[in-house]
Amino acid sequence: MFKLYATILKDLRILLRDKVGLTLMFLMPVVLAIVITIVQNSTFEMVNNNKMALLLCNRDTGEAAKQLESAIEKVGMFNVTKIPPGEDEKQISERMGSKDALVAIIIPATFSSELSARTKDIAARALKDVTIDTTYAAPTTSGQIGPITLYYHPVLQASFRQSIQGALKSTLQIVESRQVVRNLYQNLNEEQIPDTLENEIITNQVPITEIPVSRDGSRSIPNASQHNIPAWTVFAMFFVVISLGGSVVREKLSGSFLRLKTLPTNYLVALISKQLTYIVVTFFQALVIFSIGILIFPKLGLPKLNLPADIGGLIIVTLMCGWCAASYAICVGVITKTQEQANGLGAVSIVLLAAIGGILVPSFAMPSSFKYIMQLSPLHWCLEAYYGLFLEGGKLKDILINILPLLFITLVIQAITLIALKRKNLI
Amino acid sequence: MNNEAVNIENLQFAYRDQPRQLFSDLNLQIEKGESFGIFGPNGAGKTTLMSIMTGLIEYTGGSVKLLGQEVKTKKKYFNKRFGFVPQDFSFYQELTPKENLEFFGSWAGLNTSTINKRIDELLDVLGLNDVRNKQVQKFSGGMKRRVNLAISVIHHPEVLFLDEPTVGVDVQTRFAIIDYLKNLNAAGMTLIYTSHQLHEAESLCRKIAMIDEGKIIVHDSLENLLSKHQQDGLEGLFLSLTGKSYRD
Repeated sequence: MFKLYATILKDLRILLRDKVGLTLMFLMPVVLAIVITIVQNSTFEMVNNNKMALLLCNRDTGEAAKQLESAIEKVGMFNVTKIPPGEDEKQISERMGSKDALVAIIIPATFSSELSARTKDIAARALKDVTIDTTYAAPTTSGQIGPITLYYHPVLQASFRQSIQGALKSTLQIVESRQVVRNLYQNLNEEQIPDTLENEIITNQVPITEIPVSRDGSRSIPNASQHNIPAWTVFAMFFVVISLGGSVVREKLSGSFLRLKTLPTNYLVALISKQLTYIVVTFFQALVIFSIGILIFPKLGLPKLNLPADIGGLIIVTLMCGWCAASYAICVGVITKTQEQANGLGAVSIVLLAAIGGILVPSFAMPSSFKYIMQLSPLHWCLEAYYGLFLEGGKLKDILINILPLLFITLVIQAITLIALKRKNLI
Repeated sequence: MNNEAVNIENLQFAYRDQPRQLFSDLNLQIEKGESFGIFGPNGAGKTTLMSIMTGLIEYTGGSVKLLGQEVKTKKKYFNKRFGFVPQDFSFYQELTPKENLEFFGSWAGLNTSTINKRIDELLDVLGLNDVRNKQVQKFSGGMKRRVNLAISVIHHPEVLFLDEPTVGVDVQTRFAIIDYLKNLNAAGMTLIYTSHQLHEAESLCRKIAMIDEGKIIVHDSLENLLSKHQQDGLEGLFLSLTGKSYRD
């Protein structure tokens, strides 16, 4: 035990004197967590809190176009700026550049008249079946309405464009339905529909209640911090590969390793010491990042991180993730020959494992073929275990299904390390 | 009672990537308490032989016994009976001399009180007391050599292997190190030493072996060899036995 204690003390001393390594290990994940959460939070707000700048060019003077204009303003997703109807495509694109608007909508001059003709036709056809009206005449127009043009900035991702299209279709539906209802009422009652009735028919939609599914029955809605902080904590833990993997290689290449081999102590003591030391380091990383999520995030205008109810489970998951991360880093250090190799392989492999593990892209959004590959990534199981606690309100027993594969992967990594050490005659 | 520190019989060894055997039926005996020098040109196999004796490299045939124990089958705990001063600086540059000695002392199997006692002794005798709490990476080459030596003897080994222990140091440090080694030998520690510094070797070694192309070409007391080959110094003896052509 004294040898292990002395080795841990040596590792801690070396670690604490490596200011650059410490900065990388603690500052990098904090910066990542803050930046990514700010970005995701503002994206969420942009989509949901009327933040997206939109240019609206209404070339139609009709009633339906005014209704559409008003409906777009009420969507709550856009910051609408109206532009003169005479502007052409080039002027609009210039305005989009100068005003930083990501989207522009052009309502064509014939929108109201075409919509009116179409809705009258629909109403007439509907009444023909009900009243056996022999006066029904074939429509004078094709029944089609000229398209509403949507210009968008190329940086706008497909998911945003689909959200905008969905909102636009919904407003068009309201305008069209209003016209149909008015025409039907007019034809049936030979008078205009009262505003109150029209509003009841058009706007009285069935409400949708969103309820997050949780294991503990709590109804708190997960925020961007609940998603991001566990993900970037796992990423940071595995990024100790740069410091620890490099340290193993340095030790292997330096004369100190030669001396260690001639001393009456097994090198496994050094490996156990490194694992224990870096489990403590990763635990502190998690502690720092979680503390920042709780204490600093609200001061930055970001949602506060809510810790799960099962703190014991959280500690065990953190220790397990740390053990796996330290084992992986040591394995990289053992199988590589130079520090450059260790840094390159370590960094690239962690980014890849993070990508396939659901840290960079949510696992539910992955192609089906990746759903099997992602199970090979230890980061996936770490993240699932954290999400089980943070998002699903689970307890330790609920996330054993994530911890056991993580334990298995850790043991496989340890076995690979031992085989590599044996093959290189290092133990 | 066996008086042999090292007994090598019919040693066979070849590096995996080299077709030719480096050692073929090499024999060498070194007695306990001896101050023994192994010399030879570059690539002769001195460092390899030292690595085999310390168990760092596995030999393919023959027998290598260190203090009566077959090196190939010795247990790890046996390693506390010898020390090794590698040619490279073999310690942690980020640590202080005291911290390095604490760590390597624990790995050598010493307890805390013995380590502390030995640290005080060694830092004092090797002139490192004033810098005991400074990081080694800021030291001069000579100071680093002394730290390298101190770590190797902290557990007071019976046999000390030294692979060029004074390379790259100034005259003062060289004299200090050689003096310290003489004292250790006088106290009973067996020294097995290799170096290209033949003048210092003359003052340290009583017996020597010259090795060339994997074979021991002479093995006797320095006095006998100088007399037999009519040379007045180790350098002349070396050149007369190994020639003047490059060996790199």
